[in-house]
Amino acid sequence: MATLFELTVNNERVQVAMSPQATLLEALRYGLSLTGSKQGCDKGDCGACTVLADGAPILSCITLAADAVGRRITTIEGLASPQGLDAVQEAFDVCGALQCGFCQSGMMVSARALLNVNSDPSLVEIKHALSGNLCRCTGYTKIFEAVQVAAGQRKPRLTGPPTLALPRKGGGE
Amino acid sequence: MLTLPPFTHHAPTSVDEALALLAQHKDALLIAGGTDLVPNMKHGLRSPAHLVSLRGLSSLAYTREENGEILLGATTLIQTLADDALVKKRLPALAEAAAQIAGPQLRRMGTLGGNLCLDTRCVYINQTHFWRRALGFCLKKDGTVCHVVKSGKRCVAAASNDTAPVLMTLGASVVLQSKHNVRRVPLTEFYVSDGIRNTVIGDDEILVEARIPAPRTGLCMAYEKLRQREAIDFPALGVAVTLSLDAQGLLETIRLAVTGLAARPQMVRCDDLAGRTVDEATAEAARHAFKQCHPLTNINIDPEWRREMIPIFVRRAIRRALSSPRR
Repeated sequence: MATLFELTVNNERVQVAMSPQATLLEALRYGLSLTGSKQGCDKGDCGACTVLADGAPILSCITLAADAVGRRITTIEGLASPQGLDAVQEAFDVCGALQCGFCQSGMMVSARALLNVNSDPSLVEIKHALSGNLCRCTGYTKIFEAVQVAAGQRKPRLTGPPTLALPRKGGGE
Repeated sequence: MLTLPPFTHHAPTSVDEALALLAQHKDALLIAGGTDLVPNMKHGLRSPAHLVSLRGLSSLAYTREENGEILLGATTLIQTLADDALVKKRLPALAEAAAQIAGPQLRRMGTLGGNLCLDTRCVYINQTHFWRRALGFCLKKDGTVCHVVKSGKRCVAAASNDTAPVLMTLGASVVLQSKHNVRRVPLTEFYVSDGIRNTVIGDDEILVEARIPAPRTGLCMAYEKLRQREAIDFPALGVAVTLSLDAQGLLETIRLAVTGLAARPQMVRCDDLAGRTVDEATAEAARHAFKQCHPLTNINIDPEWRREMIPIFVRRAIRRALSSPRR
């Protein structure tokens, strides 16, 4: 039997029918089709499911949908406005701060939460703020760079698209 | 994808209402941040018929000092403990410990009461049901053998609360409330040496508050945490210390506690150190801790290494406590 949860997601009041034991992440992904928040470890380790609840970053995979009632939830889909992308999203794009992209929405939500309370963070503060988001591809360098770019602290390193090393004519291949 | 077992969710708006629900439903558990309980439920370790949510009890989220005590409400967020001006000024070691719990998101979900009531952890228990079944289960849940201590009759899963050892060295107690009773239990008596259930809290009780005697002037304190990563990790070892020096600069009092090793956070006996020089007392406290603590293979980190780190972390904690500004 389904339960009707009344949630406030990205400034909209929505009703979503889920099983009573649904997590917030399941309600977002499977009830509201907001699939930007990722289901990674699904037990609170990896940070891919990070959303904002009343402005604070939380893990939606271990938050009960029932316990999200009455809180203001912001997902990655809620970061952009009709005027365009969020500065964090722009910066991740320009810096190429991703490889497979699975951790990216959680990273950007955590970065947004940081910049909302600290508009000029140090690199240490950035690392602390993103320490609950695991990335298995990048080694984090470009992610930290992107947050600095979003904070207006530096220009992106414009390296252009990667060049392919083609085998030379007459080579042994 | 890990699904939760079925339960009925209750969202009381007052402590009395929550206590009434606990009294009414025998198979009920409390949920606050859910950072410990929800993963455990997903692993099939807990399957309560009822969940009583403390999320609506904002009246339990406070930090204040009155009548010579510092009072910390149970639903105070871990992040609040790390940032709060009163906690940072009066109980700096607690702020340090809180700042090192888990990661940023988990600190904004988890609560003080939840950390004090954290379930014990073991490499053989914090696994999926499939994994545990493949091994034939264990003492703590569904089985009859202990994989850590082969012939063991008692669960040795590790207490992993970072806040507990700090509060123990500060002489804290917790207030446990049920529908018909309120009792105050010293934190050193709150924990028992049984990994299956390592606290004395009753099924019908709520830990509503921690009470800490206001530290007197000159009391130094620190918390040191050993872990593999600098975030999202439970302690492989946690060492808390409070100490004071007399007018001659000799050791006056010392209280030392460790966590992350056995089924309960443990006080290290240091009775014979008063009157010693700081250097002597530091070395002796490190020796006491090494002798009294015996890490097991309950955590997937080499117990020999953890044991070698005990005296190092005791010395580090004492040095840092003494170098922090005197209040």
